Amino acid sequence: MGQISLDKVTKRFGDVSVIPPLDLRIEEGEFVVFVGPSGCGKSTLLRLIAGLEDVSGGKISIDGKDATGVPPAKRGLAMVFQSYALYPHMSVRKNIAFPLRMAGLSQTEQDKKVNAAAAVLNLSNYMDRKPGQLSGGQRQRVAIGRAIVREPAAFLFDEPLSNLDAALRVNMRLEISELHKTLKTTMIYVTHDQVEAMTMADKIVVLNAGNIEQVGSPLELYKAPRNTFVAGFIGSPKMNLITGPEAAKHNATTIGIRPEHIGVSPTEGLWRGTVGVSEHLGSDTFLRVSGTGLGDSMTVRADGEVNLHYGDTVYLTPAMDKLHRFGADGLRIQ
Amino acid sequence: MARAISRDRKIFNTVCAWFVALLIFFPILWMILTSFKSEQTAILSPPVWFWFDWTTENYTEVLNTSSYFLHFTNSIIIAVGSTLLGLLIAVPAAWSMAFVPGAKTKDLLMWMLSTKMMPGVAVLVPIYLIFIQLGLLDTRIGLVIVLMLINLPIIVWMLYTYFKEIPGEILEAARMDGATLRSEIIYVLLPMAVPGIASTVLLNIILAWNEAFWTITLTARDAAPLTKFISQYSSPQGLFFAKLSAASVMAVAPILVMGWFSQKQLVRGLTFGAVK
Repeated sequence: MGQISLDKVTKRFGDVSVIPPLDLRIEEGEFVVFVGPSGCGKSTLLRLIAGLEDVSGGKISIDGKDATGVPPAKRGLAMVFQSYALYPHMSVRKNIAFPLRMAGLSQTEQDKKVNAAAAVLNLSNYMDRKPGQLSGGQRQRVAIGRAIVREPAAFLFDEPLSNLDAALRVNMRLEISELHKTLKTTMIYVTHDQVEAMTMADKIVVLNAGNIEQVGSPLELYKAPRNTFVAGFIGSPKMNLITGPEAAKHNATTIGIRPEHIGVSPTEGLWRGTVGVSEHLGSDTFLRVSGTGLGDSMTVRADGEVNLHYGDTVYLTPAMDKLHRFGADGLRIQ
Repeated sequence: MARAISRDRKIFNTVCAWFVALLIFFPILWMILTSFKSEQTAILSPPVWFWFDWTTENYTEVLNTSSYFLHFTNSIIIAVGSTLLGLLIAVPAAWSMAFVPGAKTKDLLMWMLSTKMMPGVAVLVPIYLIFIQLGLLDTRIGLVIVLMLINLPIIVWMLYTYFKEIPGEILEAARMDGATLRSEIIYVLLPMAVPGIASTVLLNIILAWNEAFWTITLTARDAAPLTKFISQYSSPQGLFFAKLSAASVMAVAPILVMGWFSQKQLVRGLTFGAVK
């Protein structure tokens, strides 16, 4: 249960095409992350799968059955929203029980399932509180609880961690990953945060202007980005993309090198530059190096203890085996 | 930051507020005082204020010589009935306008509101003729329908405003949770809009209770509400100011008391959404 296929799915709002014809297959039990910049159509795509938006063309199948015209309630999917979308007039218990009540389950069955979900999500002590009396993290847990009790074919998450603070986001990220390991249910997760995408996904779908730029595992995308868009989007800090004569030396229009694949030396190296702003993270230092003659300033990942300061001269040497080459069409050259 | 207000200014503001309040309340006060006077005292010039022989004979006589309770019952049925019928139509209408608006929704809302600007007398003849044809003259159901139609734009507008404040994602969550449209409205939308619905109901009951033009024109006796009851005292027995006042007090008292107790709810409802 939980295999989802999109076959030439399109979405238009009036004359504006948001999703051009798009094909995608999500396997049972996969954790798939839709990632892309704001306005790339990732949330729209999720809403099309959920049935909250009607497709303009194409077909959506869930477990082999055509679900294109099926209303959201009948698709057997559960969704967790960015704003939590809890029912403010209901207690936590009633919020979690709501889908079961709609399904017509007996009170005993409802209680059993609600209590089980509450135990998994550490919500047992808050069951009689209203959502307004909970913290952001607790509210998100209630939203997840409401999704779990339905035992859906797939979970849909629409940027569920965006409203949480950084520390809580890391915790919830782990909890959702744990949940996926336990439930083994298909999960589709929308985010603009590529760190979330890299850390959680079995499969990442990179979207840009409604088009799928690349589908693959996090490491595939990291190691072999299909084009300059994916190269620039996946990885943090982002890959340095260099055009011009330096790229031509490698028989490419653009070459890319990740900040962690550049060696830094104060005395010798391939490219000479000047240190700009440094970001000290403790374990690492990210240096912005300008004046290399390679276009924009470059980002370099150096050791946390590196002794370089603003205005110092440095020499950079890329690891040649980690160099990515792209043609005039932006596509990767193998 | 709150502005500092001097003590003199505070006293001045308070005096002004009391003056305006008394000015507005004066007709009601005068009506109440007159209802306790004898007919002779009521027409004295210059008028007497508080120092007269207080009597309740006007109330006794009005109750004995008229069918006050029939009119009172009619008022309740017509006011509550038209409001509930209006809600039944306005809730789905406001839902669709708030959550699935079309290209012309705003225009439609403005058009609905513009009908309130039309004088009632402009459609009196056609409505009167329709009422004769359908046998609705002097019937409660006829008045319920007419008052519902008159107040429907206000009910739809008010509910639309409250519904707009409710995040659409919550309703989408309900849809994902398996709720049908009916369940979505009953279990999620309406409980969240209770303050707004309550103030809509209160305001519309008051409007329907006080409506005089249609209730007087379209009724004779059986379906006549309290507005007609008061008007009966103003024509053939027009000089009986004390009895007219007693009848008026008995007509406005119920709605005045209701308005007094629900003023907090009314104000909250009417300013809902004005400030986040």
